[in-house]
Amino acid sequence: MDAVKRRKLVNGIVLILSTLAAFFGLLWLFWILGTLLYKGLGSLSWEVFVGDPPAPGDNTGGLKHAIVGQTIIVFLATVIGIPIGILAGTYLSEYGKGSRWANFIRDLSDVMMSIPSIVVGTFIYAIMVKPFGHFMGLAGSVSLAIMMIPIILRTTDDMLRMVPPELREAAYALGATKFKVIKDVVYRAAITGIVTGVILSVARIGGETAPLLFTSFNNNFFTLNIFQPMASLTVTMYDYAMSPYKYWQDLAWAAAIILTFGVLGANILGRVIAHYKFKK
Amino acid sequence: MAKSRGFWADWTFGKVAALSALLVVVILIALAVVLYGESELAIKTFGVWKFITSTVWNPPMNKFGGAPAIFGSVVSTIISILIAVPVAIGVAIFLTEIAPHYLRAPVGVAIELLAAIPSIIYGMWGLFFFAPFMRDKLQPVIHATLGKLPLIGQWFEGYTPGIGLLTASIVLSIMILPYTAAISRDSFKMVPDILKESAYALGATKWDVMKDVVIPYAKLGVVGGVILSLGRALGETMAVTFVMGNQPVIPHSLLEPATSITVTLANEFTEADSDIYLSSLFYLAFILFVMSFFVIVIGKFLFLKKVER
Repeated sequence: MDAVKRRKLVNGIVLILSTLAAFFGLLWLFWILGTLLYKGLGSLSWEVFVGDPPAPGDNTGGLKHAIVGQTIIVFLATVIGIPIGILAGTYLSEYGKGSRWANFIRDLSDVMMSIPSIVVGTFIYAIMVKPFGHFMGLAGSVSLAIMMIPIILRTTDDMLRMVPPELREAAYALGATKFKVIKDVVYRAAITGIVTGVILSVARIGGETAPLLFTSFNNNFFTLNIFQPMASLTVTMYDYAMSPYKYWQDLAWAAAIILTFGVLGANILGRVIAHYKFKK
Repeated sequence: MAKSRGFWADWTFGKVAALSALLVVVILIALAVVLYGESELAIKTFGVWKFITSTVWNPPMNKFGGAPAIFGSVVSTIISILIAVPVAIGVAIFLTEIAPHYLRAPVGVAIELLAAIPSIIYGMWGLFFFAPFMRDKLQPVIHATLGKLPLIGQWFEGYTPGIGLLTASIVLSIMILPYTAAISRDSFKMVPDILKESAYALGATKWDVMKDVVIPYAKLGVVGGVILSLGRALGETMAVTFVMGNQPVIPHSLLEPATSITVTLANEFTEADSDIYLSSLFYLAFILFVMSFFVIVIGKFLFLKKVER
């Protein structure tokens, strides 16, 4: 066999192999998605959204406590995480710029982004749950906020640096202070990008379970008190899936599909905004 | 004075922004210090080397060794990388070189969205669907093929109840696949077209171009991406907690139930009833933190930084 033929043959084999690899990978992923849709849609009902937590062995009840708890925990996390993330990103882009200190913080924030989420959970357990002696919803929010901050910081920093310096200079020339320039010029120019970053970070932390296990814990009752243990969709899912009751396992699948749609919805929304913004 | 009000707003904003940035540093240092402080009791009692090598994890006797958990974390991470990386690179090659153009964007977006699915979903699927599949369908196949191999054959012996080290590793590999594939694809995409076109002009086949142009050019990025995926696999909790089995032993076979650092933490943290128990769990968390810290630093600063420059 001559060299050209051999090269063509090897080429063909490799192309087939990598196409197969792609289909093999996609196969697993669609198996998981298919299962989720099949089991989840089958167990969704009005009762799931409005019902009170089920009693053991009982075949009625829903996830109201977990849906509300999840919403509160994620909302509080954004209230804590967004201002800190945006301000820190602003500092890096507008004050620190390319300084060594700013680059150091950028690197640290990248490291922080990849810390295992369960480690963040143990950290918050040590500083918030142990001193107070009980689990609380707020602790869950703080651990999610810690995971959000580096993501928002990164996008804010990137987005603000894309604002052309001429805009800033024009405002300075009119006598505006730095604060005014940032507030009225830089933020306005970069707002879509920042909002996209925020939405994507919510999508990222919304599905996290591990940081909530030892912080907000779980609560089999409806509560609005953030200083008490609070149910979340994810931890409820974990507990119900591991339980021996068929009805609870079905509820876990219902929670799974609500959570996945919520997270994917936020993710797609963020992408659509980004696409629309950067297409122009 | 109106001017002074503007000055103070400006001054305050600058300080608050600087403090927020400082907070990132403070949180990271506090995290390391607090984890170390909480594990100090266990570090004093069991030492460093002894804790890492001791295989006894016996809460009622207050004897704790980290070897089973560390072993599980490291082995499941390695296996998942071994499975995920070739497939991910296949997906990346498919997406950048083979797939028709109208397929590239939708398949690429699909893969990125799959990376956004919460990890607990992978865990639940693993427990209810993959574990039975593993026990009934894959197990005989593994016994008949991998189990017959010399040397490594004994790793695939024994009976699996469905959940175990290998099951967890496979679920983990599916979980990190989209992530690895996305990074590899982005690295491949960064190869300038002119380089590839020059190679094609010389009569190279697609594989020649991949092997001699694209992969050498994108090498650092792919390796960095693989190392970051490794960090992700190491710290992944929910996808493996359901299917690992939580047995604090070093299993004889990959098919048997085992544990890992994250699985131990997720299962036992809220049940720890003595100080030394809790402290040992913090010790494990601290070890995981140190391990993933080094993995991230190596991946980000040794490989990916070079790509940016």
